[in-house]
Amino acid sequence: MDSSRRHVLQLLGLSSLALTARPVLNAFAKEAEHTEEPKAVIKPNKKALTAKQWAMVIDTRKFESADDVEPLVEACDTIHNVPHLKNKRHEIKWIWETHYHNAFPGKAGQFLSEAVEHTPFIVMCNHCENPPCVRACPTKATFKRESDGIVLMDFHRCIGCRFCMAACPFGARSFNYRDPRPFIKETNPKFPTRMKGVVEKCNFCAERLAEGQLPACVEVSEGKLTFGDLYDPESEVRELIRTHYTIRRKQVLGTEPSVYYIV
Amino acid sequence: MLELAIKGGKKYYGWMTFLMVIVGVGFLFYLKQLDFGLGITGLSRDTSWGFYIANFTFLVGVAAGGVMVVLPYYLHDYKAFGRVTILGEFLAIASVIMCVTFILVDLGQPMRIFNVFIYPSLRSVLFWDTIVLNGYLFLNIIIGWNVLEAEHNNIHYQAWLKPLIYLSIPWAVSIHTVTAYLYCGLPGRGFWMTAILAPRFLSSAFAAGPALLILCCLIIRRVSSFDPGREQIQSLAKIVAYAICVNVFFFLCEVFVVFYSNIPEHMDHIKYLFIGLHGHGAYVPWMWTSMAFMLIGIILTVNPITRKNEGVLAVACVLIFLGTWIDKGLGMIAGGFTPSPLHEVNEYIPSLPEIVIALGVWAMGFLVLTALFKIAVGVKEELRD
Repeated sequence: MDSSRRHVLQLLGLSSLALTARPVLNAFAKEAEHTEEPKAVIKPNKKALTAKQWAMVIDTRKFESADDVEPLVEACDTIHNVPHLKNKRHEIKWIWETHYHNAFPGKAGQFLSEAVEHTPFIVMCNHCENPPCVRACPTKATFKRESDGIVLMDFHRCIGCRFCMAACPFGARSFNYRDPRPFIKETNPKFPTRMKGVVEKCNFCAERLAEGQLPACVEVSEGKLTFGDLYDPESEVRELIRTHYTIRRKQVLGTEPSVYYIV
Repeated sequence: MLELAIKGGKKYYGWMTFLMVIVGVGFLFYLKQLDFGLGITGLSRDTSWGFYIANFTFLVGVAAGGVMVVLPYYLHDYKAFGRVTILGEFLAIASVIMCVTFILVDLGQPMRIFNVFIYPSLRSVLFWDTIVLNGYLFLNIIIGWNVLEAEHNNIHYQAWLKPLIYLSIPWAVSIHTVTAYLYCGLPGRGFWMTAILAPRFLSSAFAAGPALLILCCLIIRRVSSFDPGREQIQSLAKIVAYAICVNVFFFLCEVFVVFYSNIPEHMDHIKYLFIGLHGHGAYVPWMWTSMAFMLIGIILTVNPITRKNEGVLAVACVLIFLGTWIDKGLGMIAGGFTPSPLHEVNEYIPSLPEIVIALGVWAMGFLVLTALFKIAVGVKEELRD
């Protein structure tokens, strides 16, 4: 190509760039102005329950058999669209029943009180004050909500790396190894269903608290579970902790679980 | 130089086709996994990482192992390794590509991978692992390619490469250290919670990587007119010998601490792997095989008579590579998850589709490795002519 032709082409290119640059810059400028106009604000529900750190006290003395646990699990599963998968490897569990020596390995001796040995222990996410799962997540898809200390999941951001599952010392997290939707008995339209490839767990019923309701399991537990603000000295949970000897799962790890057990 | 990768004989193309078929089959199974979800693997609620992550971990080691030829040449001016540094760098490239692919096939939502960069979390070790692995990949591509091109043109490589080369040495250590930190910083996983995990990873890496490199050198000598050299192979063999000794030593340190302290949370995992727990012991024969392979490897590489016999050395390298693979690529991850945090033993066995997908990733890595080595060897052959 001879040099004058190249020169003309270069000029043409540059001038077309200059012509288009202005409208583009203007558009950007406008957009910036727009953001200063009214932002979308989520108004808190006036009935919403608030706390510095939500906590739960489980009175295991009030649980006698599986019949005492079932309604709690059922309520949670129905509300949160937790699927019932037959394959044990693919199980999704938010709240479930286990034995003392599984809930508290390391605290279980050869000889135990009969009551403890036969009592069903319910376990779930501990909403730790110091959650290792939140540290592990590479995308902040799981996070500790600053307003009330609940450890939440963004199902749409989760990449399914399952680092949080390795990090959780309580086995509280489940992964959708397959599409869970066909395994939900009746879908609750008020709560999102999940897709395959993301992690999920108990959310302390954040969606119910926002509407002024207690967590579903607490509501149906008939006083076996108590829910409240750990940092409110007047709260019911603090009252129970003050007047009873309580234990927490794997306290030695320093994650500071927010679920307390009266044994 | 790229053209060298497509100028090959029948055997070369036969091998490449063979690898491509495995890649293809693996890919088909991966499509199935994309469609169904990770449920087609043997993974479970309790063992949420398995074969993919284990192979990833092992291959990070092989990638880091490449530094064992780079370091003596560039840092200590050990001239003999000048002939094989490029092989170490190219091995690192192929290994890191396999690592990244293993991470990708392990994700539940791979199309969201860029969330790691859109919403980076500096507290997550996985974020840092992404950074160091990609950094190491680019370092090796830039260094390896430019140095080889300079050699091709009979000139000294560019001066600006030198700082990058020096940087690549600690960087190699970093990739395996950060990978160990993925595991050893997790509360409640007694098997991994040991400060010696990163050193253990590095020692097995510096055994497995150079062992594979020796095998590659022996193959290259057979199939091309380029001889990586007897002295080079012997020096590499000594590196393998020391590294595998250190690796077994570290493991024994672990065994002492775990069993003398007698803390169940730490003991149960090793018990599960080596003698079985609550009637489950699928990994027992594998783990003892691994130990036997590594011990025979030590005997054969430390003893000068056996080491100097290249036939025996090849056998030793195969044993060491397999032994460290079983140790890390099979036991390290499954063992850490069993028993579960609720002290239940739900055994993890990789499923057939999972193994086929993993084989596909390995085949893809060897495809890249063969092409890269073909180029390197081509350049070396031209220089000889």
